[in-house]
Amino acid sequence: MEEEKLTGSEETSAAKANGLSEVNRAVAWDGCSVLLDINDGDRLVFSRLSPSASIKIGNKKCSLRPLVGCPFGSLFTVETGPSGPHLSRSAPSSTGNCVEEISKDEGQSVNEIRDNRSLIDNNTAQSLSSEDIEAMRSEGATGDEIVKALIDNSSTFEKKTVFSQEKYKLKKQKKYAPKVLLRRPSMRSICETYFKKHPQRTGFMRVDTLSMLLSMANVGPYSDALVLDKLGGLVVGSVAERVGGTGYICSTYFGTVPYQIDIVRMFNLSSDVCARILQAPFSDLSPLQNAPSECAMSDPSDVRPGSPETAQPDPSNELLQDGDSLLDSRDNGDDTLTGQKPVKPGRKAPPEIVKSWKDNGFTSLIIAAPEMDVESLIMDLLPLLAYSAPFAIYHQYLQPLATCMHKLQASKMAIGMQISEPWLREYQVLPSRTHPHMQMNAFGGYILSGIRISNSNTGGVIEDKAA
Amino acid sequence: MTMMVPVDDAQKLSLKRPIADGDTVIVYERHDSMRAVTVSPGSDLQNRFGVFQHSDWVGKPFGSKVFSSKGGFVFLLAPTPQLWTLVLSHRTQILYLPDISFVVSCLEIVPGCVVLESGTGSGSLSTSLARAVAPSGHLFTFDFHEQRASSARADFERNGLTSLITVTVRDIQGEGFPKEHEGSVDAVFLDLPQPWLAIPSASRCLKPDAVLCSFSPCIEQVQRTCETLRSSFTDIRTFEVLVRSYEIKEHCFAKSVSEEDGSPVGPPPQKRKQSTLPANKSEKTESNFSVMAKPCNTARGHTGYLTFARLTVLSN
Repeated sequence: MEEEKLTGSEETSAAKANGLSEVNRAVAWDGCSVLLDINDGDRLVFSRLSPSASIKIGNKKCSLRPLVGCPFGSLFTVETGPSGPHLSRSAPSSTGNCVEEISKDEGQSVNEIRDNRSLIDNNTAQSLSSEDIEAMRSEGATGDEIVKALIDNSSTFEKKTVFSQEKYKLKKQKKYAPKVLLRRPSMRSICETYFKKHPQRTGFMRVDTLSMLLSMANVGPYSDALVLDKLGGLVVGSVAERVGGTGYICSTYFGTVPYQIDIVRMFNLSSDVCARILQAPFSDLSPLQNAPSECAMSDPSDVRPGSPETAQPDPSNELLQDGDSLLDSRDNGDDTLTGQKPVKPGRKAPPEIVKSWKDNGFTSLIIAAPEMDVESLIMDLLPLLAYSAPFAIYHQYLQPLATCMHKLQASKMAIGMQISEPWLREYQVLPSRTHPHMQMNAFGGYILSGIRISNSNTGGVIEDKAA
Repeated sequence: MTMMVPVDDAQKLSLKRPIADGDTVIVYERHDSMRAVTVSPGSDLQNRFGVFQHSDWVGKPFGSKVFSSKGGFVFLLAPTPQLWTLVLSHRTQILYLPDISFVVSCLEIVPGCVVLESGTGSGSLSTSLARAVAPSGHLFTFDFHEQRASSARADFERNGLTSLITVTVRDIQGEGFPKEHEGSVDAVFLDLPQPWLAIPSASRCLKPDAVLCSFSPCIEQVQRTCETLRSSFTDIRTFEVLVRSYEIKEHCFAKSVSEEDGSPVGPPPQKRKQSTLPANKSEKTESNFSVMAKPCNTARGHTGYLTFARLTVLSN
């Protein structure tokens, strides 16, 4: 990093936090949160690299200790050793890239015409039995050797098209030579993983929608961001990651029990950043002493049975697969780099900070509460924003946003409003096989965005707080 | 001064930080009509709503409504990267919010990152990248067109971004990125006609597992880019992002007082009203009134394909 280009005032705790996060970001450390990608996205598991952490692959249980000290992006395979199955660092795979490689190896031209007209699917093509394979394994054959043996013993392999052969090889590799990719948790990977595996837990928030919320709400350095997050902390964590160690993120709630924001712990946010994530009930933030709207706003969903409203993290709600590698809610191993006591995100906002929020106004508002009444939420929360501050509301249904937008227009509390529906399509780009993915997600939610304004006609400086 | 990307607490938007001489404000006339204006003593702004004296603006909070000599009004908004994208002068085709926001997220840019960009173009994405790396990171942006690089530099200066952005005139396709960046970069963004020419250099600049993004309007460019990426990159994914906007309309229908009989009068021809029904029927206004939404008829059909890839981590 070009230190000499920074001006003096920037050498704040923000830079220090980022200095630490520079180190954190590249290499997995003891106690950090990781995302394990098994077999190219077939299975995704969040875990924490605590001493006892392990993962079960197939029927083999492997400790995660070998991952400590390895760079994010490292690839591992399951190897059998003297003390049992273990994860071992392996070379990056070239599969998926190698249509040209296959054809070079076997001296075939990619243009040679082959099709499947004579291939009969009757399970007789493979001459190796499962006992043969087990025998190979107990003799210490690696996964790749088993795959090669399967290919050599398949009577139909030669007749397949080059693309078909590639698909066959990948399928066998996934079963006999599974790969584990160590991924760094970030807003993108966390959002995508939940969306793919447990979307209901994060309100079906898709990554492009979340990205737009952050930009529309102008989340950045020195933001005082007001967030109503009922998506388990996905939004709070993403905002905090973007703000860095400056500004504040106020995670607010109605009623007396803070909303659960456990997902924040997956982001590997430094202590400095975590210290910026504060929680405050709406009753503390509201300028009115006996905020009558608070009673009306005691959302029935807060006390609905089955809704995760306790302040204690609920392990069964974590993204876990097959009962292993639970994100340990009791673990205190974060941030061992500084040697300081780690700061837990979401501590109660101290009164002087609440006062500064009231005096200055928040600079951003994001609401992500798919099951709450957006109209009353925005009427309560919008007045807490500074004038000219942007807001972005995520919702799964169009009608409530339309009603909200209309009300804001009529009451002249906001301008520049827009209801957007993000659209996202992924493509497969391969030689002679480029096309959009066959499967597509149909819906990423709606966003109502806008900017709060002062409609005071007096033209004076004194702001109208009771608006 | 200006606060488009605050680099300290005093520059952030606040009810207590009024508009001052020298500030850039975004003058909002209508949802589709905005412009950036630098507040300057003695100057005025003239538009269809009248003449506005800058001196009237000084001391008011951002977000204020201000009036012209003939009673028309506009709103004065604080500048943000989003608003800048909507008001900046287009020297080239620019990126808009859906692409920009997706790029910033998928490049995994956080404060403190070092980012390379080529070409700078009109600086739309650059401004948002500056916000993403601030206050301690940096954006090095390159364009082979000297005049456009100059215009971008002038914009960044006006917007107070010079501590965050360095603009250099350089042909990245021909020469690659400067050697001084090798091994030190957290993200690379390419918006070039032939991005594959820049990929070898980008791969030397990026830290392992860091992300590269290439934006190309044509699928042939994407194919060639992906082919080139395969040797050093992994996790290669190509997307399109678009946004569909909706418009709303009131739907008022009057129910007569004889509703108590259970026989409401049928809805009269629709009238567009700004306010709800008269006060003596206020009890019933909420139920006689609804808002309808429909997608807008026009939309952007395509901007470009976004290809992301991670620099492969070698095991040594």
